[in-house]
Amino acid sequence: MENIVSLKNIVVEFEDGDRILKDISLDIKDKEFVTFLGPSGCGKTTTLRIIGGFLEPTSGDVFFDGKRINGMPPHKRNVNTVFQRYALFPHLNVYENIAFGLRVQKVPEKEIVRRVGEMLELVNLMGYEKRSVNRLSGGQQQRVAIARALVNRPKVLLLDEPLGALDLKLRKEMQTELRKIQQALELTFVYVTHDQEEALTMSDTIVVMNNGNIQQIGSPTDIYNEPENAFVADFIGESNIINGCMPEDCVVEFTGRRFECVDKGFSPNETVDVVIRPEDIKIIPADQAKLTGIVESVVFKGVHYEMIVDGVDHKWMIHSTKFEPVGAMIGMAVDPYDIHIMKKVEEE
Amino acid sequence: MKLKAFSAPYLVWMIVFIVVPLLMVVYFAFTTDNGEFTLEYISDVGQYANIFMRSIWLAIIATIICLVVAYPLSYMLSRMSKHTQSTMLMIVMLPMWMNFLLRTYAWMTLLGNNGIINQLLGMIGLGPFKLINTEGAVVLGMVYNYLPFMILPLYSVMVKIDKSVIEAANDLGCNSFHTMFRVIFPLSLPGVTSGITMVFVPAISTFIISRMLGGGSNLLIGDLIEMQFLGNSYNPHLGAAISMVLMVIILVIMTVMNQFSPDDQVLI
Repeated sequence: MENIVSLKNIVVEFEDGDRILKDISLDIKDKEFVTFLGPSGCGKTTTLRIIGGFLEPTSGDVFFDGKRINGMPPHKRNVNTVFQRYALFPHLNVYENIAFGLRVQKVPEKEIVRRVGEMLELVNLMGYEKRSVNRLSGGQQQRVAIARALVNRPKVLLLDEPLGALDLKLRKEMQTELRKIQQALELTFVYVTHDQEEALTMSDTIVVMNNGNIQQIGSPTDIYNEPENAFVADFIGESNIINGCMPEDCVVEFTGRRFECVDKGFSPNETVDVVIRPEDIKIIPADQAKLTGIVESVVFKGVHYEMIVDGVDHKWMIHSTKFEPVGAMIGMAVDPYDIHIMKKVEEE
Repeated sequence: MKLKAFSAPYLVWMIVFIVVPLLMVVYFAFTTDNGEFTLEYISDVGQYANIFMRSIWLAIIATIICLVVAYPLSYMLSRMSKHTQSTMLMIVMLPMWMNFLLRTYAWMTLLGNNGIINQLLGMIGLGPFKLINTEGAVVLGMVYNYLPFMILPLYSVMVKIDKSVIEAANDLGCNSFHTMFRVIFPLSLPGVTSGITMVFVPAISTFIISRMLGGGSNLLIGDLIEMQFLGNSYNPHLGAAISMVLMVIILVIMTVMNQFSPDDQVLI
């Protein structure tokens, strides 16, 4: 697969000296579902706007299909956007909103009718043609926005937190639907979200961003199972992050005890972040355990219980299907391959 | 509803100062001095058809000029930074801080045969031109005085147009011209119609501007009505009849205008 969009050393700096993006380089492959994931203010929307042409980077190059497209205005780019708050045209009805791009390109009327019809079918809005967009529900407006962008047959569809305003159930439905559309039309989707679960569900590739930097690029399983640093581990799913050090390869010391692990290649006694997922901590009898603690709180989460266990040096979060009452003394065990060792990120 | 009580003073105000005078106008228009019903005055209005035509014509020209000048200005204004916007708006409003008569007097001295403009032109060997007491001067006076009434409604509608809607238009293939034509103009229509109303209505009924800048030769309906009440040809019945016809004309024009407004933004 070849790269459809490439960003090379993109820097965005605002007039007041704020650096929104600090040297971002990134390749997006054709027909891929890529998600930019990060907390608000991390630069994910800014990156999307650069691809869409709404913002010029302070420095760096943008390539589309191998050609440098810096300075090319949005209306000349073969990219369409689904905006955060839909940005539908309030003076046009559903049909005219979807037909908008085709009318601008002076597509013959017959073809407009056919293509808009196809789109209405794709997003399940048949029969709504004449409806004013102001009288649609959030989910329906969302569908119109998607249809309005897709009808132009862009090579790349940019989606800026498109499901943010929808309720949970509708959001889940739209996630599956969007994924289906992307696969059916074989398009490249670049999706921006701050919702890690959404990113894990839909994406081929996730780009985790924070503070204007890319933290990690990888498949959902990579990102979840092998987070590169403590930020990624913390942002994707729940994590216990503890200070530790590596006295030697495959041995890590934290909370004053030594544990076997599988990571190597750190300098002797290097201080590291130790990341352990709450579901990887097993509850065992306290007298057999290296780590012990007292259950401080228990919350029922449906599939599992979420427990906070006070282990004196650290408060552990544990996800377990086994219930332990508050105040119980328990032991905790972690398999060596579930202990993730990460280099400390230098704070700026 | 207790809140309703607060609107009572305004209700009284409306009845005393709007409804009653209107009824009096109607009464005067259809009666003689002895209080007998007559259509004589209404039919007399016909004699002044040429003045009506001139008033309508000049008001239309002034309104169009206001629209053409104010539209791009308002658009630029609405896209500026918040801080610049408030400064610019103040500059737009600044002339209105001064009395309407004074502003129009100022134009008299500027446009006079020996006025500043002719003097300046004379210095480079041009003129003197007849500037004052022309239809052009009347239109200029209207445009100058009523321009802010066009800018403000346009600006307030345009500033509400979501930036992302404009971005969406660009995204969907519109260059700046298409964006203006297909998105911004349709969305600004409510401002256009209310701006037109706010300029056209005072322009069609003005009498000071035509008196001061138009001389005696460019009589407008406003002057005609004034003459019936305060002038030598004292005849309140005819004045009332002319006023009524004028109101009907404005009503008709506004109703036509409303056909172009979205349903939820009807002006009358």
